[in-house]
Amino acid sequence: MASNAQAIATPAHTVRPQLSRDDRIMRGFILLVGVWMVVTVLLPLYFMLSKSLEDRGGDFVGLVNYAAYFSTPALFYSIGNSLTIAAVSTVFTISLAFVYAYALTRSCMIGKGTFRVIALVPLLAPSLLPAISFVYLFGNQGIIKGLLGGNTIYGPIGIVMGEVFYTFPHALMIMVVALATADGRLYEAAVSLRAGPVRTFFTVTLPGIKYGLISAVFVVFTLVITDFGIPKVIGGQYNVLATDIYKQVIGQQNFQMGAVVSVVLLIPAVAAFIADRIIQGRQTAALTSSSVAYEPKPRRSYDLAMTGYCALIGFMILGIVGMAAYASFVQFWPYNLTLVLKNYNFDVMDGGGWASFYNSLRMAAYTAVFGTAIIFTGAYMVEKARGFGAVRGGIQFLCILPMAVPGMVLGLAYIFFFNHPDNPLNFIYGTMAILVIVTITHFYTVSHLTAITALKQMDREFESVSSSLKVPFYKTFVRVTVPVCMPAILDVSIYLFVNAMTTVSAVIFLYSPDTALASVAALNMDDAGDIAPAAAMCMMIFYAAATVRILHVLATRGLARRTQAWRTR
Amino acid sequence: MGLGKYSRLLGGMALAAVAIGLVGGKAIAATELTVYTAVEAEDLKKYAERFNEDHPDININWVRDSTGIVTAKLLAEKNNPQADVIWGLAATSLLLFKGEGMLEPYAAKGVDKLDPKFRDKADPPSWVGMDAWVASICYNTVEAEKAKLPLPTSWADLLNPVYKGQIIMPNPASSGTGFLDVSSWLQLFGEDEGWKFMDGLHENIARYTHSGSKPCKLAAAGEIPIGISFAFRAAKSKAEGAPLEIVIPKEGIGWDMEATAIVKGTKNMDAAKTLVDWSISKKANEMYNEGYAVVAMPGIAKPVEHFPPNVAEKMIDNDFEWAASNRERILAEWQKRYDSKSEAK
Amino acid sequence: MKPEAGQAGAVRKPFLRISDLTKMFGTFAALRDISLDIYEREFVCFLGPSGCGKTTLLRAIAGLDIQTSGRVEQAGTDISALPPSERDFGIVFQSYALFPNLTVKKNVAYGLQSRKATRAEIEARVAELLVLVGMPEQGDKYPAQLSGGQQQRVALARALATSPGLLLLDEPLSALDAKVRVHLRHEVKELQHKLGITTVMVTHDQEEALTMADRIVVMNQGVIEQVGTPLEIYRDPQTAFVADFIGTMNFVPGVVQGPGRVRVGQLDLTCQIDGLSQGTDVTVAVRPEDILVPEGKPVSENAFDARVGDMEFLGSFFRADLVAEAMGEHSLRADMSINIVRRLNLKQGDMLPVALPAERIRVFPGQ
Repeated sequence: MASNAQAIATPAHTVRPQLSRDDRIMRGFILLVGVWMVVTVLLPLYFMLSKSLEDRGGDFVGLVNYAAYFSTPALFYSIGNSLTIAAVSTVFTISLAFVYAYALTRSCMIGKGTFRVIALVPLLAPSLLPAISFVYLFGNQGIIKGLLGGNTIYGPIGIVMGEVFYTFPHALMIMVVALATADGRLYEAAVSLRAGPVRTFFTVTLPGIKYGLISAVFVVFTLVITDFGIPKVIGGQYNVLATDIYKQVIGQQNFQMGAVVSVVLLIPAVAAFIADRIIQGRQTAALTSSSVAYEPKPRRSYDLAMTGYCALIGFMILGIVGMAAYASFVQFWPYNLTLVLKNYNFDVMDGGGWASFYNSLRMAAYTAVFGTAIIFTGAYMVEKARGFGAVRGGIQFLCILPMAVPGMVLGLAYIFFFNHPDNPLNFIYGTMAILVIVTITHFYTVSHLTAITALKQMDREFESVSSSLKVPFYKTFVRVTVPVCMPAILDVSIYLFVNAMTTVSAVIFLYSPDTALASVAALNMDDAGDIAPAAAMCMMIFYAAATVRILHVLATRGLARRTQAWRTR
Repeated sequence: MGLGKYSRLLGGMALAAVAIGLVGGKAIAATELTVYTAVEAEDLKKYAERFNEDHPDININWVRDSTGIVTAKLLAEKNNPQADVIWGLAATSLLLFKGEGMLEPYAAKGVDKLDPKFRDKADPPSWVGMDAWVASICYNTVEAEKAKLPLPTSWADLLNPVYKGQIIMPNPASSGTGFLDVSSWLQLFGEDEGWKFMDGLHENIARYTHSGSKPCKLAAAGEIPIGISFAFRAAKSKAEGAPLEIVIPKEGIGWDMEATAIVKGTKNMDAAKTLVDWSISKKANEMYNEGYAVVAMPGIAKPVEHFPPNVAEKMIDNDFEWAASNRERILAEWQKRYDSKSEAK
Repeated sequence: MKPEAGQAGAVRKPFLRISDLTKMFGTFAALRDISLDIYEREFVCFLGPSGCGKTTLLRAIAGLDIQTSGRVEQAGTDISALPPSERDFGIVFQSYALFPNLTVKKNVAYGLQSRKATRAEIEARVAELLVLVGMPEQGDKYPAQLSGGQQQRVALARALATSPGLLLLDEPLSALDAKVRVHLRHEVKELQHKLGITTVMVTHDQEEALTMADRIVVMNQGVIEQVGTPLEIYRDPQTAFVADFIGTMNFVPGVVQGPGRVRVGQLDLTCQIDGLSQGTDVTVAVRPEDILVPEGKPVSENAFDARVGDMEFLGSFFRADLVAEAMGEHSLRADMSINIVRRLNLKQGDMLPVALPAERIRVFPGQ
């Protein structure tokens, strides 16, 4: 008869768990994802870093280029310019978006749904669009240039205005979420303690949305400091880092200095990113699950004021888009205001013609399809695999990293890496594939985090159950994980599609004439002075993004209807 | 079974990725030539069609972009050239490539018939010219009237304080046209006088753009009364109805030419030579003349509509070699003096 | 540890044998040298407070979190290092882990479809299982349309569908409300009995363990405190921890006086003591329901007078605090039937003679 006492006598040996077929397949996938991330993120950045330490001949020269950079006022002044623009734009955007978000969540104003949709409109336009629109509104021939009081739109004023338009929805979305998740019971407590509205605001409202506010600040700051389109079009003589990179590379073919400026631009972007991660890391502990939603009560004059405010902002947003839409039909601004379609005749203009628009559609579609597949599968493997901790941790880091890399920097890094003659992947240089890859990488982080959030919400025992039932993981992935996460998958794909349509910065160095893109075409048309056609191309991008967005809403609704039996929302 | 499906999906993805990679590989019927160019988009079709009338067996794959970008692209691809031929790029850029050893010297058939200005001085020449584009002043009559600005007739006129904040010119650090202006002033007035002129001009400049054609477009659109640009664009805008006057300053004008060259290392040498031969033919020069007033082959040019007639006489004796070899020095000096006003780029 | 002589005898071979199993998380030992035999058709409960390692042990048996060292054998095969998919078990989690986008039928059929079975066979098996768990009509619903108890039945049916040799239940009833929980206890137990499937259940609910298990494994801080039938565990706790964790127990400090004698305060108590020398500090334990009220009958052993303190009415009985001068500052909780309370007309402040039966007193070393 065996006894436990005897069992103890058997020598203890460390168990080396055997890998199942699932484990091996998953690890294979994880390695693939790892290789993908290394090739698309790490190596290009490494090549760029080393390029900044080389001379034109390709020999290592240490920090000589940096010394040259910091001894050239025309170059390093841009650092201050970039930081100033980013700081000022952030203050304006956050203030405006905060009141808007407050109105949406804490008042009983009318038309909340409409105002919410209007506020998100800028997401569908390339960042050049507000800049081009401002030329028509506030330029020397602008219809309301008097509002600037004699100041020129070409410069910091124009950049800040454009950036506020462009970053407004990003800040708004974060703050609406922050305000909406606040605990209503705290307000009841404040009322019962007879705290006045001002005191309540500072003791309850602000602390409650602290993390959302900080997050919004960092997001806006990073978006502004890395943006290229707006300063390019309307920056006038005001140099900023993102445009300096372009000027070095395209204007002077000085790749080394371009790399130096890129590294300089990386620093504030990475710093903002790290600060945000640290602060957000604290937030999880501060969240409680037992919060009660806050229900605003009608207050006539306050609600009316809020409606008025949102109407004003909404009018400005629509006005800016509307101006570009109108200008795109004008025969010859400002001398002949006949409405014609000639500005849409892209084929006779610089930039790439209608083909560039179709290229953009194709590129966005590929990015959405392949990007979603890669990102979601990668997130799944990283999230659900057993063991392999170090590799998964490393990949997780690489998935988060692209957020901190400005598009210009990524694009330049891709030239250095993929166009290196010894790179076996050299063949994708100048093709659609490299545009798709750079765009996926550029927007990887947000998509990855969306996927991870959705996956975390799934019962973590699904995989355990499957393996106990001897069902391979990929079957469960296809039959359960993907259908359950379908809303998140659709969100990721639409996010990738719209951004692929509107992005300029990452692809500007990488497109080839065969693969010219609409957003780049708009930029180049503006560059050549063809502003109306540039506006027309921006509008085409806007229409395409809006159409896909609407299809997405319909698809999501259809999905919700079809799956309402099992979704417990 | 499930795995099979999944791997097929992945396989499909890989295939599609490869397919994307092969974009541009059209059906191979004849010799494919990859030609890099900065020629106006709308002219490309015409160029290829005319060429194919004589050589239907050579298929041109255009790679077109603005001068700066094509130049940057060619330099970036230096170690791994993608282009067979460059047809229609600024001679300044081609000089740069020649210095980098990127061009294949070739004495095209009929190169002697060209104006000597329009070819590389070396024998055999590394590049041959096509046509010239010249600097000029675009003057918006409507806006000038409003601001009571007189019509300038010379570069010196532009120093008049009345034009303060009313002139736009391209930034030489980002635009070939801008550099062309600067280098021609330095040649025209001498270095000291040239910089002195630009110091004065800088006082009147509203802003510098990076695109060479933009100043004239902005003048056409009334964004600014006066744009320093090149004449080709101005003529086009005028044709579209812009209230423009094209001024050829009386001191003389800088110019650059569009030129053709074979990229060293091309695998289609014969076809490349055929194309270069054709590019300096009489037929080609007549074709260039449809848009450009000054072409490489003497005696061909006919006046172009909306284009000032006396252009050829006013063209300075432009020393491209000097401009190319002094480019970095000139740009550094320029940036030091004026870059605070360069349009953000 | 106590040899497993009990009911089995030398003929019975363990179905699941765990030997010397240790699980480290970094430097923290979640399980230390666990050895345990589980027999075929047995229903074994791992019982202990949260963090005691019971779930870790279950997941090691399942191969979901494989142990750092030690062996696990199932049906005579060493499965120590095998991944879950190569082991033979069905599992039910507290969260049900039902696939939300699949109907009840498809959930139950999930593990059957990868085996070579015809559609008709699968359908028949699914129908059979749904009858088995008492939900023959609910097959086409989605999990979200079911109550918690129903969902857990489906999870059970899914785990049983492939006829595994071992059923693992990880706190399966903890997420349910009290009434459903009590009801399901019986059903699960009955089902297990009917199918004769060897079952291991993890729970922190002693009542659940006591009512369902054939044997209970009480765990604390990564080690097994005691293994035994519910009655053994309750009646004869081997350690102070088990005594405290299972049921209610009075603990008072004492000193060994001699063979079979312990002093508590000024009281000399007769009890059974195994191998503790005179003068050893001990903890004396007695359950509230074991405290006797002699009601006039003469009792010589371990009798003393106590004052009635707070009386708590618990439905079918009272739990009273008893303060005895002889015991010093320590009070005892005693369960008294409603009858006794009524007969003696007991109320707070009354003096009452009580006695502690010697065979009901447990003595643990240390205070």
